[in-house]
Amino acid sequence: MHVPDGLLDLRTASTTAVLSLSALTAALRRLRLGLPRRRIPLMGLAAAFLFTAQMLNFPVAGGTSGHLLGAVLASVLLGPSPAIVVMTAVILTQCLLFADGGLLALGANVFNMAIVGVLGGYAVYKVISRVLPDRRGILVAAAFASWCSTVLASICCAAELAWSGVAPWGLVFPAMATVHMLIGIGEAAITTLVIAAIMKARPDLVDPTTSAAPPSASRFVAAYGLAATFGVLLFALPFASSWPDGLERVGEVLGFAGRTAAVRALPAPMAEYQLPGLGSATAATSAAGFVGTLIAFALAYVLAAALAPKAPAEGPRDRAA
Amino acid sequence: MRHDFLDKWSRLGSPIHRAPSALKLALALATVVASVVTPFPRWWVFVVIAVSLALVALMSRVPVPFLLRRLVLLEPFVGGIAVLSAFQPDGTRVALSIVVKSTLCLATMILLTNTTPFAEILGTFRQLHVPAVLITVLALMYRYLFVLIDEAERMQRARRSRTFTNERTHVWKSLAALVGQLFVRSTERAERIYAAMCARGWR
Repeated sequence: MHVPDGLLDLRTASTTAVLSLSALTAALRRLRLGLPRRRIPLMGLAAAFLFTAQMLNFPVAGGTSGHLLGAVLASVLLGPSPAIVVMTAVILTQCLLFADGGLLALGANVFNMAIVGVLGGYAVYKVISRVLPDRRGILVAAAFASWCSTVLASICCAAELAWSGVAPWGLVFPAMATVHMLIGIGEAAITTLVIAAIMKARPDLVDPTTSAAPPSASRFVAAYGLAATFGVLLFALPFASSWPDGLERVGEVLGFAGRTAAVRALPAPMAEYQLPGLGSATAATSAAGFVGTLIAFALAYVLAAALAPKAPAEGPRDRAA
Repeated sequence: MRHDFLDKWSRLGSPIHRAPSALKLALALATVVASVVTPFPRWWVFVVIAVSLALVALMSRVPVPFLLRRLVLLEPFVGGIAVLSAFQPDGTRVALSIVVKSTLCLATMILLTNTTPFAEILGTFRQLHVPAVLITVLALMYRYLFVLIDEAERMQRARRSRTFTNERTHVWKSLAALVGQLFVRSTERAERIYAAMCARGWR
């Protein structure tokens, strides 16, 4: 999801840069006020760890492989503000060491993956792990949060591309959302497996809000309700919102030469678009996303149930040499 | 330690490598902005950018096949978006514009990263008053990246020599355990580093 340069126009790049800068400044400020000094080296090491973890390939099928993105993993292990700084450091390094992700697009990439990915994911994680406050709850929350975080970030990415006028929203939203609903499953599986492994080796390193009380059935229903709400927020809002009209207006006002035609052609999902079938694709993606969100949550629950350690393991620490 | 591959070419001695990194960063940003802002069919601008990039590439003495391989490796995302953008009125022109502009920008970034050592970029950040915490995190990250990659590789080798199955669920589980263990080790290493930093009078 690293957007290279040349796709985003100046308007999008500068808007996202301002958003990212303010969020990053806020995160750094929180760290300066509240972070113990001994945690600073840990953040550097955590950034190197995330970078390394992203390089490990998990085989998927037919020779393809996926890898960790890590926004939720970082925020569960370090907390949201350090996670923002660590993810930003990773993205900056990928840009300036590997040319992976653009320089002008840095603001957008940080915004999608480090700000939206971390904060969106962490919010989902916190809410669900509050409703299901045991070990399994943490894994359910982490799994579902990683999926949401991946999909959310991809939707932001799609919106930026559409805003820049490179591809119509009616196409780029279904394409990005569908692909990342699948990638999100892998991300959820890896994140949950990793957190379960850390729980076994060093339970103290995972968010220490665990309690022994098993969740009641009503709590599970409540968690499901929350999942549904997130589903609506994720997929129905972009569809129902009026911003494609705003987009057309902005396009007319700014009308970058050579881009005008493209911007005008951006279809509003419902009305007055020129390409048949696109609006319904947006609607279909929203609907599929809603169902997908529920399925993802159910999968998260099953996965977590299979992985949750039965007893608080004081366990051996030399599991994975 | 053979992790030179990460930034193998960024420490050559060519005139391009010796130029101040602040200048290179500024020029790279200017090139990217210029190719983004230029309206598409104005070919001469793109030709000028492409020719000057080629000149810089030759002067930098970074092997051209290596640069081209990086370019091909980074191109798929651009290709995907270009294909999507072709499905709209006047789509071919937009798609062509995306490919031309993004390729120029990618080439710029590949040249920047392969002619500028990361430590110098951090120095520039310091001059630009980037917050100290972020610079410390970046510097520590760059220093220990190589150590952690080494560690991950050793762990993977150990796992391979102990397991004789290629079953996917097993691979996923053991890879995840490896990542988890890598985090645990990073945490412990961070504690030792903190102690060492304090012992050497870190503020």
